[in-house]
This record gives sequence, C-alpha cells and structure tokens, in this order.
Amino acid sequence: MVLTQLSYDMAHLIGAGVLMAGFQLLYQRRLFAVLNTFAFQALALAAAAAWQAHIQNAPHLYVTAGIALVFKAMIVPFALHWLVERLGIHKTVETAMSIGWTMIAGVALVALSILLVLPVTANAAALTRESLAMAMSVVLLGLLMMITRHNAVTQVVGFMALENGLILAAVSAKGMPLVVEISVAFSVLVAMTLFGIFFFRIRERFETLDLNDLETYRGDRQ
Amino acid sequence: MLIAAPMSSLLALAVLGVLAGGEMWRHRLIYVCCAIASLALLVGGARHLGQSPGTGPAFILPIGLPWMEAHFRLDNLSALFMVVVNIATCAASVFGIGYCSHLPEPRRVTPFFPLFLFGMNAVLIADDAFMFLVSWEFMSLSSWLLVLADHRTAENRDAALVYLIMATFGTFCLLTCFGLLAGPEGAYSFAAMRDAKLEPVAGFLVVALALMGAGSKAGLVPLHAWLPLAHPAAPSHVSALMSGVMTKVALYGLIRILFDLHGHVPWGWGAAIMVIGGITAVLGVLYAILQDDLKKLLAYSTVENIGVVVIGLGLAIAFKDGGEKTLAALALVAGLYHIVNHSIFKTLLFLSAGAVITATGERDLGRLGGLLKRMPWTGAATLVGAAAISALPPLNGFVSEWLIFQSLFKGPSLPHWAMKFGVPVVGAMLALAAALAATCFVRAYGIAFLGRPRSPEAAQAHAIPGTMRWTMAVLAALCVVLGAVPVTLTEALSAVVQPLTGINIAVSADLGWPWLSPVSSTRGSYSGTVLVLTGAALFVISIVLVHGFGTTRTRRADAWDCGHRENIPETQYTGQSFAQPLRRVFGSSLFGARETVDMPEPGDLGPARLVVRLIDPVWIIFYQSVIRVVGFLADRVNRMQFLTVRRYLLMMFATLVFMLLVVAVRQTQ
Repeated sequence: MVLTQLSYDMAHLIGAGVLMAGFQLLYQRRLFAVLNTFAFQALALAAAAAWQAHIQNAPHLYVTAGIALVFKAMIVPFALHWLVERLGIHKTVETAMSIGWTMIAGVALVALSILLVLPVTANAAALTRESLAMAMSVVLLGLLMMITRHNAVTQVVGFMALENGLILAAVSAKGMPLVVEISVAFSVLVAMTLFGIFFFRIRERFETLDLNDLETYRGDRQ
Repeated sequence: MLIAAPMSSLLALAVLGVLAGGEMWRHRLIYVCCAIASLALLVGGARHLGQSPGTGPAFILPIGLPWMEAHFRLDNLSALFMVVVNIATCAASVFGIGYCSHLPEPRRVTPFFPLFLFGMNAVLIADDAFMFLVSWEFMSLSSWLLVLADHRTAENRDAALVYLIMATFGTFCLLTCFGLLAGPEGAYSFAAMRDAKLEPVAGFLVVALALMGAGSKAGLVPLHAWLPLAHPAAPSHVSALMSGVMTKVALYGLIRILFDLHGHVPWGWGAAIMVIGGITAVLGVLYAILQDDLKKLLAYSTVENIGVVVIGLGLAIAFKDGGEKTLAALALVAGLYHIVNHSIFKTLLFLSAGAVITATGERDLGRLGGLLKRMPWTGAATLVGAAAISALPPLNGFVSEWLIFQSLFKGPSLPHWAMKFGVPVVGAMLALAAALAATCFVRAYGIAFLGRPRSPEAAQAHAIPGTMRWTMAVLAALCVVLGAVPVTLTEALSAVVQPLTGINIAVSADLGWPWLSPVSSTRGSYSGTVLVLTGAALFVISIVLVHGFGTTRTRRADAWDCGHRENIPETQYTGQSFAQPLRRVFGSSLFGARETVDMPEPGDLGPARLVVRLIDPVWIIFYQSVIRVVGFLADRVNRMQFLTVRRYLLMMFATLVFMLLVVAVRQTQ
C-alpha cells in the first residue's frame, strides 16, 4: 500500500476526531453525555487504528482496533453507565474550573504539544509527526480533565481518555509491537475493575462519590 | 605491591574484626595486623616520595560503575600524605593493641578501625573524582561509626548526628565542585581536569565549594562546629587519627583541588583563604583555652593548627598568582611542614589523653593533677608534644611556624594593596594564636600533670601497657628529630611542591645544610641541628659541673605552700582560674562570657559558686539561623503532605507542562 495524500488526510482526520472528542469531554456538563462522548472517542480511536492497519499494511493493528472497539467503546462505557445508574450518582458534572477556562487551557495545551512535537520529530515521517502531536494533545487533555473535575467517575473517564491518547501514539508509530497495546488495554480494564470496586466501597462508606466529601472525611478540611 | 596488598588486607581485617567476638587476643591481633599494614603503606609511600614529577605508579582497576574504571596514582603529593597518614595510623594501631581492652565495647571499634584506615589511604591514591568521592565518603562513614562507638551517652549520639550532617554537607559541596571541574563532558579523571580550562564563574565556584567541602572536614571556622564534638567522642586512638590525620586528608583534598586540578586560583581567593586561616587559628585556640575537657581542648587546638596551615596555603595561592614562584613554594613548604608536624604531635597528645583516661578514667582537667609522678613516661612524652605544639625551639612545631612567618613577612612584596595591608594583620593573628597556644598547653599540661591530684582517681592512677608507652615515646622522639633536621625535611617537601608551583626551591640556599635561610641569610636563618647539639652540649656540661663540683649533701625542706597552711589540693590553680584572665580579656566580647557568683542563703552551709556562662557566637550566627530557615521551609513543605488527590494530580500536571514548555522554548532558540 502506497502512502498517498489521501491516506495522510484520512489519518489526520480520524486523529483529529479523537482530539475533538477530547475537547468534547471537557465541554460536557452531564455525566451520561461524558460517557457517550468517551464511547465516541474510543470509536474514533478504533477507526484510527484500523486505518493505520490498512495503510501501514500491519494486520496486528486490526487487533488493536478490535480491542479499542470492544473494550473501550462498549464495555467500559456500558459498565460506567450501569455503575452510575446503580449507585444513583448525581448526574451533573461538578467542575473545579469554569468550562470556558478549561477549554482555553485545552487549546493552550494543544498548541504546546504541536510546538513541542513538530520540531523534535523533524526527521520522522510526516504521518508520525502530526499523529504524535495529536496523541500528545489527547494525553494532556485527559490529564486536564482529571484535575478539573470533582467527581470520581469523570476522573476515571479522564484517565481512560489519557490511555486513548497513548494508544493513538502507539498505533501511529510504525513497528510498535502488539504486546504493548494489549497490555495497555488490559491495564485499562484492570484499572476499570478496580475503580468499580472502589466506587462501591467508597459509596458504601461515605454515601457519596464527590471527592470533596472524601477530603473532609480524611481531616484535611475542617 | 606495597600499596595494594596492605589496602586489601585492611578490608579483610575489617571482616575479621566483625568475627573477632569477645576474645580480647583476637582484637589485639587485628591491631597488630593494622600496624603492619600501615607500616607497609608507610614504606610504600616513602619509596615514591623523591620520584621525579609525573612518574608515580598509576593503575586502573575495573571496579565501580560499569562504564567507568577506577584510576589510582601515587604522585609526590599523595606519597607525602601517605607517609604522614601512616606514621599516625601505625602509632594508633600499636597504641590500640594495649588500649582496646580498656574500651567499654571493643567490638564496636575493631571492625571499623581498619575500614577507617582504608578510607583515608584510598582518598590519597584516588586519581579520579569518582574514586575520590567514594573513598571520602568511606572515610567519613567509617569514622562516623567510630564516633558512635560509645553510643550509650546522649552527648555522643548528638555529636555523631552533627558530624553526619556536616559530613554530608561537605561531600555534597565536593561533589558539586568536581562536577564543575569535570565540565559538561563529565571528564571525571584528574588528568582530564588538569587539562580543562575553567570559565571564571566556574573557577570561582570551584574554589568556594572546595573550601566548604574540604574545609568542613578540616574544621575551618565557621564549619568547625562538629569537630570538637565528634573528635573527643571517639575512642582516644581514633580521636588521634581523626584529629591528627583525617583533617590532613581534608587538607590534601584542598591542596589537590586548589593547586593541582584548578591550577589558576586568583590572588583574591588566596587573601580570603589566608584571612579565614587567621580567624580559624585565633578562634580555635581561644576556644581551646576555655575547655576543661582534655580531649575537647585538643580538638579545638586542631582547629587552630588547621588555621595555621591554611594561612600558608592562602599565602602560597596569592604568591603563585602574583608570579612569585619561589615565595609560593616557600609558603607551601611551610604549610606542608606544619601538616607533617601537627599530624605527629596531635596524635601524640591524643594518645597521651587516651593513656590518662586509661589510667584514671577521667578527662576533666578539674579532676586530674600530679600525674607526672605516677606516669613519668606519659608525662615526659606529653611534655615534648605540648612544647612542640606550642612552637618552642628546637622542636618541630617551631620550624614550621617560623617558616610560615618568614613567608608572611614577604607578603607585602605582592603588588596588591589588600595583601600589603592584610598580611601584617594575619601575621598578628598568627602571632597571637601562637602565644595563646603556648598558654593553652601550659595550662593543659600544668593542670593535668603537675601539682597535686585533684581527685582520688588521679591519685590512684594505675600503670598503662608498655605498647602505649612506647608508641608515645617514639612519637615524641619524632617531634625532636623533625625539629633537629629541618633542612632534610624541607628538601623532601620542595620536591613535593615542585609540580604544584613549578619551581624547586632550596630553603637552605645561602648557608648550606644545617641552616634554614628561606629568604636570605641576612633576614633570618635557623638551624635546629645546631640548636639541639648546643643544647645537648650545655646539658652535659651543666650535669658534669653540678655533679662534679657541686655539693652532694641531700637537703630536705617543706614544699612552698603559697602562704596557705591548709594542705588541700583545692587551693591549687585550677583550669578555670588559670584561664580566667584570658577569658575576661577575650571571652566577654567574643563569647559573651558572664561570670555570676552564686552565694548561699544566710544559714545555708553550702559553698558559694562561681558560674561561668559562655555563648558560642559561631553556633548562634551560622547554625541557628540555618536551623531556623530549614524549620521554616519544612513547615511550609509540610503542608504538601496533606493535599487532596486532585491537587497532587495538578502538581504533577503543572510540572509536566512546565518541563514541556522548557523543552519547547529551548527548541525555538
């Protein structure tokens, strides 16, 4: 398969889709909407992996795409959905920073990663360069989401989005072995399970999932 | 061969020391082996002392970090210090044979003693920064373990803690210093550092860091605070090594960096080092005069002597930068001469303090007295040591201080006005320190060995083992010999300083062998040899006269009782009362000394007491402010321990973004 202009453009389009989903995650005010957006991001990630498999002629990336599709786009969002329903969690997103400012910070982070990645990888293939810049932006946006949201569920979603960024970076670089992706996927699953268990335990003890209340319990805020 | 075998056997001895258990003969055997190893190292060092520069044996061992090799080399400077170190370690090991059975817990001392010897010798032969620092830490930590040997008293534990903190600080400074010397390529071998060109700022920092790093180990004011705490806390034969030799290893590090690796230290630093030396000398001896604890007194006197040596080093730097190579070599020879001397008489004095402790169990001057009668050998050897450290001719201490004075007098020949005016001031400080040192040792010797016993323990002082006595006798003889043949020693030393100053001076140029005339024969000359011979001749003549022609009738009379009819030892001079005039002159302003008389209530039969309170200004100015700053910062940082999960994430995120920003900004440049 020859790398044509079209294959570049498609790869960038799908990568940009993942990035845009990252921004959407920051913008959502409802918990279910966050979960749906996350599912969309995972879907876009699966598409990106599949497209990379196609243009790089690397069949193992189809497995990556499959993992992303099944675990991240279906199982994780469904499981979180179920948890939120089951625990009766308050369905609005509590932000620590106003959404507008979060978006501005996100834009600044994207600018930073482009500034950073493009000069560093001057010698790499053009495809890798821009995909890496986008992947890094997704990682930073995931981190940003983790620190600007109070609710534990949204923090988990932020963490998963961060993982999505890592996988995006992994599939864009040529020759990344499948082992890495599988292990990342499984670690995410394990983290998901752990978070689920923790939610139940936390909920049982403190009757809330708002981290602010947990801090009060720990004695940090009187 | 003479180096490697004893070094490795010292390591093996440390293992055997752990296995020695409670059997005293095994501990003695280990000390015997230590003495043999030191003797081998002494011979090994002495054999390479006269070699021409740059020909010393060098070897590379594949130990240490995987991508590094360990470089070792024995050049003239290392060889000199190796001789100096191993004379003292040999003496201390022999002393230890008899002394170890008097220690409360010999099993806490024996394993670490060979390690300490190993560490000091390894510093001297290291030829790269990595090995130097590793050996330096080895030396620090093994001596720290020895300071902790008697860990049951809280005072010793505190001393060990202060020592550990200061040792860490010193090594940190040296680490940074070598980092600057190695430059961005990380050329860590000394050979590469010698060739490297230093930027002015880096050069400045290297000198400052070397002064703080090596100076804290050597005991330069104000970094001396740990020294009088830690040195007396160790067992006496270890104190002798810490005070007599480990400080010299620190000075070796200073000389190695300032004269060899750095190469071009500006004269301003020389002047600063000289002034630091002067202050150290005066403060050290003033502290020493005020001490009642014999070992503490000796430790403070070490601070003074380090100051004297450092005056010589600073002067040598100033002369070297001013192009006066001959005078630079002279000042450096004088400094090295004092290093040799001090290592011998300070070892002797600490060992004699150990002998006094063994015999009486006391080290408080107020409870000693009259020991000369019960311990004539120790008394005589200590008298020689005390006279030598007080710089009395014809002993060795006089020669080195005289040489330092001779080079100080030439200081005004430098073109800088600061030196022209500064040198006489430092000269006055040195003269003051020398005079006060004599007072200090008149007091120490007079109170401890003369007069009448002030406690039953001193009156019942029992005999000490022969090995201890002989060690002190040999060291005392060395004090006399080194004073009697000064020219032989200065010739050896000028070969050592030749690669450092670029010139081989003949200190006895004008008048020939037995006469020292460093500047010119008209400005001053001295011959210890002639003085000793004259003194000996006069001694013999007076003995012949007195015994040949004087009366042989024995007369008995009462000792003069100073007008007191009561025959009680408390009426004698005490350490406190002897020091009182000096305490009033210097102490009230410098140490904030306050004397209060504590009168008993009417009807109370208790005695009135004179209470003296001293404040250590260095401790208050430097250390307490550091403690305050650290405490303040710790309080602030402590809050970080109780942040929320989200804040921790935020901090990580901020750090990440900041670092990415740094990378991004650096790329665009």
